[in-house]
Amino acid sequence: MDAIRHDIILVGGGGAGLRAAIAAVEANPKLSVACVSKLYPMRSHTVSAEGGAAACARDDDSLDLHAYDTLKGSDFLADQDCVEIFVNDAPKELTQLEHWGCPWSREKDGRAAVRFFGGMTVKRTWYATDKTGFHMLHALFQTSLKYDRIVRYDEYFATKILVENGRAVGVAAFDIRTGKMHAVLGRAVILCTGGAGRIFPFTTNASVKTGDGMALAYRAGVGLKDMEFVQYHPTGLPGTGILMTEASRGEGGYLKNNKGERFLVTYDYGVGNKAELGPRDMVSRAEMREFQAGRGFKGPYGDYVHLELMHLGEEKIDKRLPFVRELAKNYVGVDPVWQPIPVRPVVHYMMGGVDTDSHGATEMPGLYAAGECACVSINGANRLGSNSLTECLVFGARSGRAAAQFAAGSSAGSETAALEQGRSEEARLAKLRGKHGGEKIAQIRRELTHAMESGCGVFREEESMRAALDTVVQLKGRYADIGLSDTSQIFNTEVVQALELGNMIDVAEAVVLAAADRRESRGAHTRTDYPTRDDKQWWKHSLVKFAPDGPRLTYKPVVKTRWELEERKY
Amino acid sequence: MELRKVKFEVLRYRPGQDVEPVFETYEVDCMEDWVVLDALNAIKDDIDPTLSHRWSCRMGVCGSCGMLVNGRPVLTCAAFVRNYEGTIRVEPLSNFPVVRDLVVELDSFIEKIRSVKPWIIRKIEKDVSEGEYLQSAAQLEEFKQFSMCINCALCYAACPVLANEPEFVGPAAIALAHRYNLDSRDEGNAERYERLVQGDGVWACSYANECSQVCPKHVDPAMAVNQAKLNTALQWTKILPKRSFT
Repeated sequence: MDAIRHDIILVGGGGAGLRAAIAAVEANPKLSVACVSKLYPMRSHTVSAEGGAAACARDDDSLDLHAYDTLKGSDFLADQDCVEIFVNDAPKELTQLEHWGCPWSREKDGRAAVRFFGGMTVKRTWYATDKTGFHMLHALFQTSLKYDRIVRYDEYFATKILVENGRAVGVAAFDIRTGKMHAVLGRAVILCTGGAGRIFPFTTNASVKTGDGMALAYRAGVGLKDMEFVQYHPTGLPGTGILMTEASRGEGGYLKNNKGERFLVTYDYGVGNKAELGPRDMVSRAEMREFQAGRGFKGPYGDYVHLELMHLGEEKIDKRLPFVRELAKNYVGVDPVWQPIPVRPVVHYMMGGVDTDSHGATEMPGLYAAGECACVSINGANRLGSNSLTECLVFGARSGRAAAQFAAGSSAGSETAALEQGRSEEARLAKLRGKHGGEKIAQIRRELTHAMESGCGVFREEESMRAALDTVVQLKGRYADIGLSDTSQIFNTEVVQALELGNMIDVAEAVVLAAADRRESRGAHTRTDYPTRDDKQWWKHSLVKFAPDGPRLTYKPVVKTRWELEERKY
Repeated sequence: MELRKVKFEVLRYRPGQDVEPVFETYEVDCMEDWVVLDALNAIKDDIDPTLSHRWSCRMGVCGSCGMLVNGRPVLTCAAFVRNYEGTIRVEPLSNFPVVRDLVVELDSFIEKIRSVKPWIIRKIEKDVSEGEYLQSAAQLEEFKQFSMCINCALCYAACPVLANEPEFVGPAAIALAHRYNLDSRDEGNAERYERLVQGDGVWACSYANECSQVCPKHVDPAMAVNQAKLNTALQWTKILPKRSFT
C-alpha cells in the first residue's frame, strides 16, 4: 500500500475527463493531474458517439435559439442559467477541438460543416462523418499526450473517494494488472466516469458504463440528481442495441411501420412537422405506440420499425453515414443503400447524475464531476441529441479549470489518513477475491437489468416501479452473498465485475426510487397513470442521497432566468 | 433463434498459478448472430468466471477486444461465430507480453504512439476567438483515412518485423504520424522526422503488408508507412545540405 501524489485526481479518461485534464494543466502548468481510468482512455465510451456535437455556428442561428431548443427538449427541467453558459461556451469548445486536429467534416467554404439533429430548429450539429465521438476522443487523447503533467494510470479501478474533514482529497484505486491498491492523493478530485446504461439489459452503452463515478460520489454523501430520467434512443439495432445515429434522420432518413407509413407524420405523436426530427423521448414513445397498435414488425428480439435511408442514395450514405452502413451490414446483414434497417428504442443516456453547479462543483469541497456522470443540469428530463458531446467539452473544461483553482488554494490531503482509508479498501478488495457465497454475479446482474427494464421502461406506472424497487432492494441483500471463484491478483476481471455490479445496484436504486416518486409525465419519464406534466407540484429536481438504512429522496428548485414554461409541442 | 453448440479452445495463463499457457476447452451454446466475444462473455458469465479478457463497445470502434482467432488477429466483437467451422481457437494478440489469459500488455504500444507526437504542432497557435482553420474537403481527404485508426493493435500482432524487432515503432504509430504530417493545419513534419528516421522507425518496415491485411478499419497502414518513407527521404534531402556544410 503506497500513496501516489498529484494535485488533481481525475477519475475517467473519456471526452469530459481528457478535456478536464487539459484544461487543468493549461490553467495552471504547475499542477500535475493523475488520470485514473479503468480502461485505456481512447477506449472510453465517448468513442461510440456517432452523429455530432451541437454549437451555434451560422447566421441563421443564435445562442438564444440553441438555449431555447435545449430547454424545450428538456421539458423545461434544465437549469436556465446553466443552459445559457453551455450554449455560450459551446462554439469555443468545438473550435478548440478543431485546432487540436479533430477532422470535422467541411462545408464548401472550408468551415466545419453542420447538420440537422432531433429537436434542433436549425443546422447546428458539427460532425466528423458519423464517427464524431471517435474522432473527438482520439483528438483529445492524442493532444493530452503532449502534456507531461498529465500522468495516466491506465486500467486502475477507483473504489472510494478519500475524504478528509469533509473535503475530497483523492481516491483509493487498484491497478487491475497487479491487483495492488494505491491511495491516489491530491487536492481536488474530478469524476468523469460516464453514465450507467448497463443497469438496463438492452442498451447502446459499452460494457464499462456501470455508473462507477455516480456510485463513488453517492457513497461519499453527495446527491444524485434527476436520476429518474433515462433516455431511450429510438434507433438501436434489435438484439445488440448498437446505435444507428440520429444523424440518419438528420440527413433525411424515414421511420416506417409495417404498413409502410411514416408514422410520425401519419399519426399525431406531438412532433408536428418535425416528424423524424422530433426529440428522442417523443420518437421512442411513438415507436412503442406503434408496437402496441400492432404496426411493428415482429422479430426474434421483439417488435421493431424500419429506418429507411434508401432514398438518400449510396453516395450520400457513404459520405455522411459510412459507419451506419458498416454497422448495419455487419451486425444485421442489411445494406441500408438497398434495404431498411430494423430499429427499436434502446436505453442510451442518463440525464441524471452527480449533482453539480455550472463549474462542475459538487456540494463536497474539492469534488467535481462532468460529462454524463454529472447532472448540471442542462438536459433536464430529456437531452437533445448532439448536446452531450458538447457537454463533455464545456463542463469538462469548466470543471478542470475550477478544480485547478481550488487545488492551487488548498493543501494536499494527509498521507497518513489517506493510507488508512486505502488500507481498509485493500482489505475489502482482498475479501472479495475468491469470496465464498451462494450468489452469482451474472445472475444478479441479469435480474437487476430485467427489473429496471420492467419498472423503468419507456412507459412507467406505479405498480411496476414499486415491484422493481422491491427487486433492487432484495438484490442488494443478495449481492452481499456473492461468491467469486477467481483468487488471482493479476488482471482479475471477476473482482472488477463484482465492484461494478455493486455500483450498478446503488445507481439503479436511485433511478427507480426517484422514478416511483415523480407522479407526473415529463420528458423521458412517462407514466401511464400520470400522463401529463404537472409544473405546480413537480417542477423540481429530485435528489437521492445515501443513508446507511437506505436512500433518502429530496427535491431542489429549478433555476429560471428568461424563459417561461410552455407546453412542449413541436 | 436456434442455438448451436460450438467448441472454443481458449488460451489460459494465470501468472503464479499456471506454469505455462494452456488451452482450455469450453462448449458454448451460441446463437446464430453471435460474435466470438459473445461466446467469451457467455463463458465468463456462466461457465468459468476466472477467464479474463478485455472488451467494451462491442461495435468495433473502441479497439479493446483484439485477439487471435484461429491464429488471425481480429476484433472479437466483429468475428461472427457462424463464419468459422469446427473448434474455434482464441489466443491473446501475438508480439505483446501476455498479462493474463487473453489480456496483453499495451504500454509499449501507447508509448510508441506518443513518441511520434500525434498532435497538431504549429509555430504560432491561432486563438480560438479567430475561429476554425479553413480546410477544404480535398485537404481533409488527404489524411482522413489515416485518422481512422482505433488503436486496436491488430497490426502489431500481424507485423513480421515486430516479431523480430520489438523496438520497431510499428504500423499504427507511423500511420498516425503520417496522418498529422498530411493535415493542412499541422507544421510538425520536421519534428516527427526525428523519430521516424531512427533505426527502429519507418525504414525498419520490410513491407510485408500484413498490417493492412488485418486492419479492421481499412486504414491501410502499409500505404502510410510507404508514403512516410518517401516523406522521410524528402525531409532528409532538405536537412542534408545543412548537415554537410555547417
